[in-house]
Amino acid sequence: MTLRGEKGEIMKIPISWLKDFIDLDGLSIEDIARKLTLAGMEVDEILYAGLAMPIYKDGEKHEFKTNGIAWDREKIVVAEIREVKAHPNADRLTLLDLFDGQQDQVVLTGAPNIFDLKGTGKLAKPIKVAYAKEGSVLYDGHADGLQLMTLKRAKIRGVDSYSMVCSEKELGISTESDGIIILDDAAPVGMPLADYIGDAVLDISILPNMARNASVVGIARELSALTGRELQKPTIKFKTSGDSVEDLVSIQITNAELNPRFVAGLIRNVEIKPSAYHIQRRLKHAGQRPINNIVDATNYAMIELGQPLHAFDYDVLKERAGKKKIKISTRVASDGEKLTTLDGAERTLTPMNVLVCDEKGSLSIAGVMGGTESEVTEKTKNVLLEGAAWNFINIRRTAKQHNLPSEASFRFSRGVHPAVAETGVKRGLQYMAEWANGNIAPGLVDEYPLKPKDPTIIVTPQDVKRLLGIELTAKKIAELLTRLEFKCVVDKNTVKAKTPPHRMDIAEGVVGLADVLEEVARSYGYDNIPVTTMADALPPQVGNPIHEWEEHLRDLLVALGVQEVVTYRMTSVEKESRITQYTEYVRIANPIAPEKNVLRRSLTASVLSVLEKNIRLGESLALFEIGPIFEPVKNNLPNEPRKLAITMSGLRDATAWDVKESATLDFFDMKGRIELLLSGLRLTGVTYTSTESTPHLHPGKSAEITVNGQVLGVFGELHPSAKEKYELGASPVLVAEFDLALLRKSAPTYGIIPVPEFPPVYEDIAIIVDESVLATAVESLIKQTGGRSVSSVRLFDVYRDEKIGAGKKSLAYSLTYQAEKTMTDSDAATIRNKIVKRLENEFSAKLRS
Amino acid sequence: MQDKLNEIEQAALESLQSITEQAALDAWRISTLGRSSALMMVFAEFGKLSKEERPVIGAAANRVKAALEAALQIKAEALKTVVLAKSLSEEKLDITLPGRTKHIGRLHPSTQQLRRVLAILAEMGFQVYTSREVETDDINFQMLNFPLHHPARDMQDTFFVEAENRGDNPILMRTHTSPGQIHAMREFAATNPQNPPPIRIALPGMCFRYEQITARSEIQFNQVEGLAVGKNITFADLKGTIADFVRRMFGEGARLRFRASYFPFTEPSAEVDVECFVCGGKGCQVCKNSGWLEILGCGMVHPNVLQNGGYDPNVYSGFAWGMGPERQLMLRNKVNDIRYFWGNDVRFLEQF
Repeated sequence: MTLRGEKGEIMKIPISWLKDFIDLDGLSIEDIARKLTLAGMEVDEILYAGLAMPIYKDGEKHEFKTNGIAWDREKIVVAEIREVKAHPNADRLTLLDLFDGQQDQVVLTGAPNIFDLKGTGKLAKPIKVAYAKEGSVLYDGHADGLQLMTLKRAKIRGVDSYSMVCSEKELGISTESDGIIILDDAAPVGMPLADYIGDAVLDISILPNMARNASVVGIARELSALTGRELQKPTIKFKTSGDSVEDLVSIQITNAELNPRFVAGLIRNVEIKPSAYHIQRRLKHAGQRPINNIVDATNYAMIELGQPLHAFDYDVLKERAGKKKIKISTRVASDGEKLTTLDGAERTLTPMNVLVCDEKGSLSIAGVMGGTESEVTEKTKNVLLEGAAWNFINIRRTAKQHNLPSEASFRFSRGVHPAVAETGVKRGLQYMAEWANGNIAPGLVDEYPLKPKDPTIIVTPQDVKRLLGIELTAKKIAELLTRLEFKCVVDKNTVKAKTPPHRMDIAEGVVGLADVLEEVARSYGYDNIPVTTMADALPPQVGNPIHEWEEHLRDLLVALGVQEVVTYRMTSVEKESRITQYTEYVRIANPIAPEKNVLRRSLTASVLSVLEKNIRLGESLALFEIGPIFEPVKNNLPNEPRKLAITMSGLRDATAWDVKESATLDFFDMKGRIELLLSGLRLTGVTYTSTESTPHLHPGKSAEITVNGQVLGVFGELHPSAKEKYELGASPVLVAEFDLALLRKSAPTYGIIPVPEFPPVYEDIAIIVDESVLATAVESLIKQTGGRSVSSVRLFDVYRDEKIGAGKKSLAYSLTYQAEKTMTDSDAATIRNKIVKRLENEFSAKLRS
Repeated sequence: MQDKLNEIEQAALESLQSITEQAALDAWRISTLGRSSALMMVFAEFGKLSKEERPVIGAAANRVKAALEAALQIKAEALKTVVLAKSLSEEKLDITLPGRTKHIGRLHPSTQQLRRVLAILAEMGFQVYTSREVETDDINFQMLNFPLHHPARDMQDTFFVEAENRGDNPILMRTHTSPGQIHAMREFAATNPQNPPPIRIALPGMCFRYEQITARSEIQFNQVEGLAVGKNITFADLKGTIADFVRRMFGEGARLRFRASYFPFTEPSAEVDVECFVCGGKGCQVCKNSGWLEILGCGMVHPNVLQNGGYDPNVYSGFAWGMGPERQLMLRNKVNDIRYFWGNDVRFLEQF
């Protein structure tokens, strides 16, 4: 569950189009957007293209990201051009005789798309245009990007200019600024343009389980459920003539799972031309590029109903069939089969891809993209229109395989109900007939071998109470679901709800119940569901000792002045090989970059990289990270042991304006931190053993940390030849790494040492021993000899000089004598003499003082 | 004699007045009250006086002595005050000079935010449960109701780990902490398969998505999920629990709204927006003028997920919600680039 990447695909829905199917009077655009957003169709942005925009005063709430412009109803109107005249002083400009519904105007323009009419006299049929008067606020058609401007009076080449005819860019309809908008002939002159084609476009995220709403009718249906207003479904009516399509075309489906339905219709004698302006405008708002009336009809019907359609040039198919009956079949591709798709690319196919074929070969990649040969062209006369249903997983894989995301594959890969195939084809044919004067052939070829189940789910008020926590009667449940076109039968306390034939997201059984309850909740409104606290008592609490212990460890490290870092789990062998020799790694099959193609094996390498990055940013750095490393296990899950890595470098003490000197951190600073850390964890019996077996550490300045015979970690100064591979400063770099499981398992000491009641005696002694005698051996002998009478032994000086002699050193200890009574000087002297004697015997030590 | 005493007193008090330094005062004390002072001479010559004179002169001499001692004390105090005031005025520091600092350690901001979230969850009875970062497809996806090749998988672009012969169960970097739901439910259910115990846990941890690294998107990020499973858990309880959590996390007055959404492993699902705490809902850059900030996703545990975890969906129900500590920090602290988190620049880390 996440906040990242849960957004669906964006669907652009013009409000004007929605109004074809539902009465939205009295609802503001924000009201509509809010209702949709709360019901799971999140509106990311509202783009105004003409309709009035909300005016926010300071302190008012903005609800949506908004863009675009409103068109002033007084100043921007429909007008007609009656004549295109030459400009007296400029060849490239024209002067328009224009009527704006109230008076005649002379308007200057350089629009190329009416330039041809220059000097042709009074137009037989006036041209309807979008006319903006002085003072109109528009986008600057000549500026880069979208910049608002106010239309001002000016003299251009000696002619007074105070108004203009607009391009789409100037009105915020599209980015086109080359020519002016030429409206449909029916446009009423004088009408405010906002009333005629003013619009607002909602950018709606379509969630993966809401493929049914990737259409205007789908969104209108949801609004109907959310407002209780009636959904006015599209009326599909058309006349037919000529031979029936069933006599001319046959369909054969070889795999019903992959192709549950295939519908085709035929239209003859279409006249290919650009679509009417209001169609083009809606398509542009919906993110589609208008092509011609036939292609536009397929796209328009798809956006309206959610059913992708594909138009074939019927005569090409007829030719391929040798003028006989066209036999369409659908099948999987053979391995290596090739097809050139509409985008001009030759695709090599695999048996996962489903093809639409005729007897001569493949025509299109089913549900994804058509082939070039049979596509509709400017010369097409007769069109065979396909509307089919495909397996959504198969389409998804095919679209991914060929990297062919399209409007069609986007819808098909989320599941389009086969019932919509028929409606879609009919709607497409209807538009083709209306826009291209074609004659629709009677009938449809319709192969429908696999009908979806459209499950019937039984819902009871108890179910609603148990899972949603609200009390609803069976009647109310039925009402809520009926709004979404479920067919409901109420029988006493039970609702039988049949899934409507436009959605594929309702399963059967207990999952179906959850699916339907979600619809009950959405229809009821999430906001109307009460806020309650869980009725059950708290379950037995189960702690997480490992997590708690790690947090404690973090606190100890922070208290020791070490900064926590968190690094990428993904790294590269090259980066780690600066201090490690691993060759086996957990490798990422699809790395985002070569330097992140394996999972880290060394946490020390990770913290060293951070040290390197920051080395110039402070006089002293001490960093740690706690986290997993990844040990590969062939073809299986890796081990994820958790580690602690520490690194330090720089000055021991913070300098200040009056403290200018500090020594650099060295081995013993790291050792001191580790001692404090381990005592913070209440570990005793820690021994430090010199080690030369860690290649990235200085052999003379590294140690293993052992507790009860178990090595828990290793630390020391970074080996000079390892350090060379990093860009690190002159100061020594210290590193330490612990295995957290082992560290955690080392049992802490139980109990405390009572604070002594009697005053102790302090005494310093210095002894001279051979260089080879280890400090730790001396210390343990002192402790052993002193027993409970010596409560503390602290080495405070190590000293060498000529007087002491070559190969000798002086070790000075501060001893604390303690007894269950007041310790006297002579008591202390007795113990000291004993200690000195043993040191003399064991190490040939000589007392200095 | 009486006159002499008065003279001594008068003279001493007069000379005392002009004294401004401790040394002069010491000299005055010796000459006025010292052994060989005129006043002491009076006492020394006491024996020479008549019986009648003795009590009278004695009393007078004692009075003068006491008066001079008192005057001395007052003068001494006054001098001390003057001296202190002088030394204080001479010791004035330039307090604008910087203080002497120490090299200190801090927790990584993500850890700090994780702790805030987990502390609230712990109080609400949700205890920490952690699980592995490299997962198998079945636990990360299939058991969580993402079937193979399901479009919902598009929402979570995935890093896969090289491995052979894994068939439909490849190894991958977990894309969310939800695999922990399956691990936890199975662990709890195993303790009593016939009647599994109720669950309330928090699942924190690092997750991975195949994305370009930009100011807005990262390949790894922390997530925390809350999971409650029991016999009487409703969507209304989910709303109540989240309202409690949001109040604790974002403040008493934080308004929130539930938007219907989709996650494969919950149904019904919702996203929760909290009123923008930067602009108070007026609309600003942070909330992209919407007045709302998306802060978490939630829903009732999907029946298939309950089933896969060993809990009968006809008997048990539950809810889960998830959120991103880094995203919360970005909103809370105006962090405008998500790359700061794993960039570990000390100049960033030091600000938390």
